[in-house]
Amino acid sequence: MNYFLRKLSFYAVALWAALTLNFAIPRLLPGNPVDILLAKLQQRGETVTPETRKAYALLLGGDSSDPLWIQYWDYLKNLAKGDLGVSVSYYPAKVSDVILTSLPWTVVLVGIATILAAVLGVLLGAVVGWKPGTWLDSLVPSTTLLAAVPYFWLALILAYLLARVLGWFPLQGGYDVVLTPGWNAEFIGSAIQYGFLPALTIVLASVGGWLLGMRNMMVSTLSEDYILTAEAKGLSPRKILRSYASRNAVLPSVAGFAISLGFVVSGSVITEQVFSYPGIGGRLLGAVTNNDYALMQGVFLFITLAVLGANLLVDLLYGLIDPRTRART
Amino acid sequence: MTNLKPANTTPVADAAAADPAAPAARARSGWRSLLPTMTPWLAIGLVLVAGIGLFGLLGPLFVGDPQQIRDQGLTPPSAEFWLGTTQTGQDVLAQLAYATRGSLQIGLLVGVLATVLSAFFGIYGAYRGKFLDDAFSLFTNVFLVIPGLPLVIVISGFVPRESRGLWTIAVVLAVTGWAASARVLHAQTLSVRQRDYVAASQVSGERPWRVIVVEILPNLLPVIASQFVFAVIAAILGEAGLSYIGLGASNSATLGTMLFYAQNGFALSLGAWWWFVPPGLMIALFGMGLSLVNFSIDEVINPKLKNLRQHRKRARRALRLERDLAQRARRTPVKETDR
Repeated sequence: MNYFLRKLSFYAVALWAALTLNFAIPRLLPGNPVDILLAKLQQRGETVTPETRKAYALLLGGDSSDPLWIQYWDYLKNLAKGDLGVSVSYYPAKVSDVILTSLPWTVVLVGIATILAAVLGVLLGAVVGWKPGTWLDSLVPSTTLLAAVPYFWLALILAYLLARVLGWFPLQGGYDVVLTPGWNAEFIGSAIQYGFLPALTIVLASVGGWLLGMRNMMVSTLSEDYILTAEAKGLSPRKILRSYASRNAVLPSVAGFAISLGFVVSGSVITEQVFSYPGIGGRLLGAVTNNDYALMQGVFLFITLAVLGANLLVDLLYGLIDPRTRART
Repeated sequence: MTNLKPANTTPVADAAAADPAAPAARARSGWRSLLPTMTPWLAIGLVLVAGIGLFGLLGPLFVGDPQQIRDQGLTPPSAEFWLGTTQTGQDVLAQLAYATRGSLQIGLLVGVLATVLSAFFGIYGAYRGKFLDDAFSLFTNVFLVIPGLPLVIVISGFVPRESRGLWTIAVVLAVTGWAASARVLHAQTLSVRQRDYVAASQVSGERPWRVIVVEILPNLLPVIASQFVFAVIAAILGEAGLSYIGLGASNSATLGTMLFYAQNGFALSLGAWWWFVPPGLMIALFGMGLSLVNFSIDEVINPKLKNLRQHRKRARRALRLERDLAQRARRTPVKETDR
């Protein structure tokens, strides 16, 4: 099968698995989310009609009048229409609207931070791996400390040092609250200022992994015969580093993007909590504490969708970069 | 007939009696090739892991009651309280000791569970091959791309707080954390499965589970060890994150719950660094120690890496020699011009 087709079908299966998990989790676990949710809705002053009950039961289970496969089919149909229910904690906003207002914050933050960390780590790794045995190289094992640091704790430390003690950055929030969100220089500047610390946290915590992976690949690439050939041809070391060693050594890092992205997203969910960032992670945690199950499931679906999409993109790119993956049937 | 038995056994016994050291030495060197070489980084790693392990194991015996409330809230570290006190006057050091124990406990538990899961899906799937392998691989890859922590948060969110015990959290973390190591084990098993002695034992009619346990598993031990270490790190980090947002096991004391209480007690805005720095540092140092140990295990799995380290050592020595020579060369001409 074609490489691209194979990848597309894999992600289709992964998406289906995520949807099914989302359907199964509330039905498999103890507790009765529908009743809790409807009680909350009634507190907010909405009259609960049998239709509302049925809609939530479809999302969360608890309705035993229909056989499971009909519930499942209706659930998929509702999702296809983009109907994720009404959020209780942001009542009467729809779940999809709540998510759509917070999604850009996270996508921009995590996206920029991850790309920065990857580029920085790969560049540093290439330089460090290029000359094994220097003092820089002997420092490499200490990057494991950075990799083992809990994201949110690093966030706490940075917030304490840079925001509270030195006062360089604001401690909490996503932008200056006196400004109204919009595409003007003032607002974007404020968003960058507020987003700096969360981004720094993600970069610091994830750069070590990239560095280590790239360095190891670099060192083993250097012992390949084609490097020796390049040296024997009298090419300048700079050219060998750039077009011979790095280009081949970077491939596993690109391929490993999938695993690291899931990791970064997981880390950033809790980091957002530390900074009260208005992103999707904060919404997820807010939904959990308020028993807002519909929002919780919606956020999980969107995060999964975003991660799967990013991975698909990277995999397709990888197929373009490395022809060998396409050749393997 | 009666002669046969002694005749058969004597040569073996003789050999053993004549040179008892030989087989023992061979056995030892065989095992030694499974053990990592001692390097400074491995030493640091072992000291960190053992130190923190002992602190978690024995620390609670020497400190006071972590829950005891005093009227000296938020005092910085002093002779009486080495790590200061919390807002309600609880001894941070005592809390740290109990919390370390709790975190290590859940780390080990999840590590074992996740390793068992990954061994099943990775090794068994790769050994059976064909359809089962494809199905297991697909299953593993799907679990790999679904982001773990959001899934854990959603699952924990649905479980009512009363029924959220230590085992629930451990199982949830294990179920969401086994996929990456299953893939590694899968790749390794595929290469081991091709070897002749595996084929030989299959042909001689061994049952599948025996081939896996006796022929394949011993060759995978270093890989499994390294994956186990990773699983423990991931579990401790995951549990800390979960507890920090208040979704951990109810009435458990871990490093994550300590950070949760520190956050809720406004440790950050009150500047009580002695309250929130130690728990995270403990996790980071333990994780670093385990990763350093893992570096050395990796050298056992992939001897190329060991050559690499020796190559690096040689390169360093060569660099030093070159510098010395250059210095000497510089000194000599100076002397000559002086003359």
